[in-house]
Amino acid sequence: MLEARNVRLWYGDFNALKGVSMKIQPRSITAIIGPSGCGKSTMLRCFNRMNDLVEGCRVEGEVLFEGRNIYDHYDLTELRKRVGMVFQRPNPFPLSVQENVGYGPRIHGLASGDGLRAAVKKALQATQLWNDVGDRLTAPALSLSAEQQQRLCISRLLAVAPDILLMDEPCSALDPMATQNIEELMLELKRDYTIVIVTHNMQQAARVSDFTGFMLLGELVEFGETQTIFTAPTDKRTEEYITGRYG
Amino acid sequence: MKQETAIRLILLGLAMSAVGALAVITTFIMKEGLPVIFRHGLGSFLFGTEWQPNAEPARFGVFAMIVGSAAVTGGALVIGVPVGLGSAIFLSEFAPRRVVTFFKPAIELLAGIPSVVFGFMGMLVLLPFIREHIGGRGASVLAGSIILGIMILPTVIAISVDALRAVPRSYREGSFALGATGWQTTWRVTLPAARAGIVAAVILGMGRAIGETMAVIMVTGNSVQIPRSPLDAVRTLTSNIALEMSYADGEHREALFATGVVLFVIIMCLNTLANAIARVGKRD
Repeated sequence: MLEARNVRLWYGDFNALKGVSMKIQPRSITAIIGPSGCGKSTMLRCFNRMNDLVEGCRVEGEVLFEGRNIYDHYDLTELRKRVGMVFQRPNPFPLSVQENVGYGPRIHGLASGDGLRAAVKKALQATQLWNDVGDRLTAPALSLSAEQQQRLCISRLLAVAPDILLMDEPCSALDPMATQNIEELMLELKRDYTIVIVTHNMQQAARVSDFTGFMLLGELVEFGETQTIFTAPTDKRTEEYITGRYG
Repeated sequence: MKQETAIRLILLGLAMSAVGALAVITTFIMKEGLPVIFRHGLGSFLFGTEWQPNAEPARFGVFAMIVGSAAVTGGALVIGVPVGLGSAIFLSEFAPRRVVTFFKPAIELLAGIPSVVFGFMGMLVLLPFIREHIGGRGASVLAGSIILGIMILPTVIAISVDALRAVPRSYREGSFALGATGWQTTWRVTLPAARAGIVAAVILGMGRAIGETMAVIMVTGNSVQIPRSPLDAVRTLTSNIALEMSYADGEHREALFATGVVLFVIIMCLNTLANAIARVGKRD
């Protein structure tokens, strides 16, 4: 349902992606791992064209979403509604909990009034945040704990009913306990959504993902089932990375 | 070590000189201005509508001037804030970097134009235009508002741009990633997040407008009257001082200082308000 074909990307003169191809399977978790600066986040941001916001960024190749190239006259609003993103640091808006989750439905005109309240509740329930904040929907989102904020950001995303969730190191700002909780949530969400996660934490990739891609210096070195990548990598560089020889 | 102490003392002295100047000015204005206010009564000074320094007995009511200042300042905000905020949003959210590098210095240059030049342009271009196309004698609240509206632009733009730039990038990314358009992001996320700074920008613009003298004298007509329409002439508090100080003596002179006291208090309140709001904004 989502496929990158020979994606090459430049930030100005810097060649950040040197021809990456990968196929994302529906209702699964795909992890992209690799050392800092290998282009894994950049690759993730190609899937919802967030790189467009960077001045001097140029992309070649194709990213197919349901068979259509999103880099060829694709409606960005529609794309990002269906391919949502969770960021490294929880980034709730400085508004109330309710306004945060209701933001997407409102800007897309999906719901209002009672319908909006129901959508907010459903999205908060989906991330198991409802029990914690259901009675203080008007509290400022920034008053929540880091984990709750990240859950809120995921709820905010689910409220627009996307198909694909892109997660850019969603646990790097969280403590181990919160990380475990978010990982459990991801496994839960996998039943309804297709997830692509970027992580520098190899254990995390091994724990949650079905497929793993290893990137190095803007290239996809190896891609396959997580179990295979971690137990019997075919490329020597992958083996060196997962055994902790560099990175 | 001794040298270090000496340098510290010198720097302290220099820093004190600014505060010292403020203290001297405050004391002087209050000493000169307060007695006449109490002699005639605070109420009749603030709310009296007659300003007749040469009558027997002299009457010092600054209400018309307070209304005049409020009218041109309010008008300046009506004109300057939408334009200034719009420019700030454009520069901070939508303009490519090349455009910003051209606009920013241009706006800073606008701040450097002496106010007498604004007044001069107003007399030469704006007053005849109002007289011929809108009505009245030209010199009016409207003319003052337009000139002041332009003069507060650099303040409003610079501070609003800073406030918008201070909004974390991650808020905008979060909004874009949900499929919001640039304008939806600006209107629903960035502007609310920058609210405190923008309010501070408006208040500082207001302070600038209230304090402006020369350009206002040149385009508002300076009649002591409560305006009934934007095309009426008015006199502001600042104009009152500047116009009469050169020949005033005795109680008349004191009354002009008292006008200064009123201005001083208004501007102090505005600055305090701006600081308080900026502080609240930081805490959020």
